[in-house]
Amino acid sequence: MYRITERRMIVPNLHEFTVEAPAVAESVRPGNFVIVRPDDQGERIPLSVADWDAGTGTVTSIFMQVGGSTAKLARLKPGATIPTFAGPLGKETEVGRFGTVLCVGGCYGIGSIYPIARALKENGNKVVTLIEARSSYLLYWENKLAAVSEKLLVVTRDGTKGVKGHIDQIPGLLRTAGIVPDRVIVNGCTFLLMRVAQVTKPLGWKTVVNMNPIMIDGTGMCGVCRLSVAGKTKFACVDGPDFDGHEIDWDEFLARRKTYNPEEVDPLRRSSCRSHF
Amino acid sequence: MSEETKKEKKTLDLKRRAMPKQDEHERVKNFDEVALGYPVETAIEEARRCLQCKKPLCNQGCPVGIDIPGFIKFIVEGNFGAAVKRIKETNALPAICGRVCPQEEQCEKLCVLHNKQAPVCIGRLERFVADWEAAQGKAEAPAMAAKTGKKVAIVGAGPAGVTVANDLALLGHEVTIYEALHECGGVLLYGIPEFRLPKAIVRREVEYVQSLGVKVVTDYIVGKTRTVDSLLQEFDAVFVGSGAGLPWFMEIPGENLNGVYSANEYLTRVNLMKSFRFPEFDTPVKRPSRVAVVGGGNVAMDSARTAVRLGADEVHLVYRRSKAELPARAEEVENAEEEGVIFDLLTLPVRLIGDQHGWLRELECLRMELGEPDASGRRKPVPVEGSNYRVPFDAVVMAIGNGPNPLIPMTTPGLTLNKKGGIQADPATGQSSRPNIWAGGDIVRGAATVISAMGDGRVAAASIHRYLLGLGGEPEKGTP
Repeated sequence: MYRITERRMIVPNLHEFTVEAPAVAESVRPGNFVIVRPDDQGERIPLSVADWDAGTGTVTSIFMQVGGSTAKLARLKPGATIPTFAGPLGKETEVGRFGTVLCVGGCYGIGSIYPIARALKENGNKVVTLIEARSSYLLYWENKLAAVSEKLLVVTRDGTKGVKGHIDQIPGLLRTAGIVPDRVIVNGCTFLLMRVAQVTKPLGWKTVVNMNPIMIDGTGMCGVCRLSVAGKTKFACVDGPDFDGHEIDWDEFLARRKTYNPEEVDPLRRSSCRSHF
Repeated sequence: MSEETKKEKKTLDLKRRAMPKQDEHERVKNFDEVALGYPVETAIEEARRCLQCKKPLCNQGCPVGIDIPGFIKFIVEGNFGAAVKRIKETNALPAICGRVCPQEEQCEKLCVLHNKQAPVCIGRLERFVADWEAAQGKAEAPAMAAKTGKKVAIVGAGPAGVTVANDLALLGHEVTIYEALHECGGVLLYGIPEFRLPKAIVRREVEYVQSLGVKVVTDYIVGKTRTVDSLLQEFDAVFVGSGAGLPWFMEIPGENLNGVYSANEYLTRVNLMKSFRFPEFDTPVKRPSRVAVVGGGNVAMDSARTAVRLGADEVHLVYRRSKAELPARAEEVENAEEEGVIFDLLTLPVRLIGDQHGWLRELECLRMELGEPDASGRRKPVPVEGSNYRVPFDAVVMAIGNGPNPLIPMTTPGLTLNKKGGIQADPATGQSSRPNIWAGGDIVRGAATVISAMGDGRVAAASIHRYLLGLGGEPEKGTP
């Protein structure tokens, strides 16, 4: 059993979730994910790692409450335990010496891009971080990200903070700031990953996306996380989760991501009230 | 022996005793075990058919070398406790082997009565005594050697790993099993369905091995949470039984459509994650009405019979060769047929066709005919030109095999790999190219059987024991 040291809603619907898992904290690297099971009847779901502390043996993720399993996680209080917290899984994000790197984060990815930006900075890269949200009240960890970035750019859909608009603003924003990235790394929801890849493709900016398919074991056995990369089938759990965003078959990926949408929200429509059965 | 056989000839009983099964109309509606096991009287009758050969051949067909006539003799005498004890001298998991071993290819094939088409039902008898012991409530503790102080880490709690753990614990070594999933059993748990091998039995057998002092750590992914090399700083030897890896696909168009499953995914959802009880259990599985399973092995039969139980109206098994070449056990083919699975033999899928939302709608196949024998000795299926046809399906399960798990090979430097990408191990010892690392089961063989994994485990445990105590007998340096 793994003890939860922190679980709080940091912005509406997004939760910061910290678990005592010393063995994972010891070996986790930027870009890794963990497999979490909220209770004995629970699903195994992958969560990207957003931070860790090998000293205290804790690992932090940011997750969005979407379906039944994340709803269960969102109800847990500090001190509670969960039966499965396994990892770190997936290949780590490549954080070599690239020069200027644009780190893009949205949704839970504002959290999971943080250790990547931190490692890139440690390796001597010039890190520019761009975070995106519907509105200013959905942004978090700005101070943490600012501390590891040369520049922190903010885009909000409603313009309540930073530049008004969507992620399509990237080229214009960077042009204004006089930045040409040697590499772009994106963490966040599937739509964000796809849009950034589409925007950077004509510019020829190498774009690494941290993919988030459905998984079960997460260890290279079941094959549900497969996706087409440059026309070849790859398995996100062991070949990824990072891939070249310009080579992914996005239509196929988005369709596969939605396979269980009806079942995912089904438990949310239930309650213990008899009339709801 | 010939004299003895002559003497017995008059009284040879050539009637293999059938094992009661759940009625097919009932069992397709539940996930309970299909075969129900022998009643005591039937078991004794069947055991009496054994000729007690002076030089038995049957046990030579057993990968773990069970004293078969020995345990059967105890059954005849009604001494079931002694029978199970005899089996457990060489096999830690009799309730499992009695159910899932391909006895018709092993011990029963070599039984003298096989010549009369009536070999003794050895597997059913093994199952009988194992279940008898479980029904008694407590297993008799075997003799344990004095503690050696040596520590062994085992990667993976599947049939290979559990066998090594059992053998080494009995020999007095301190054993820790690291399991990547949240429960022990490996393929016995995630792969083989409840209706063929109840999970309570797997749990019981693993608990037995734990009762010998074996430590189990679940949710621990060796290669990721901690590397093999890091384990070797704490342990004197490591056995890798990390099992099956990525599923194979046919590499035809449309395999990533929604509704196309690997057998590993399909069975893991249902068996390990219990999605057949969704929403009581959170993991969902689709319950489509028309399902095609591609492949002809035991995993294909398991997938097809699972689809039947999930309520499909029509389940087709698509196999490119003819019925005679089906690699699945005859018993499983028969069960699948009884349960209404339709066999589309000599049929090759060539394309999966989806709708605009990325969901599978149709399967396009090609008719085949048998040509000349190929390298495997089986007649090679040849496509019939222009025989393409399309059939509507809501789900296709690809059950055409898998490679070894990539995690340990990816993260353990200095391991020589075999052609399949698995770990190369000396068949005589299980030792890998690194002297303190052993390997066995699917991580070496790709997709094989439970009992061959257990056989590998037995061989590796003996070799590890000799290595730990410096008894020699290890292969010369440089032998692969």
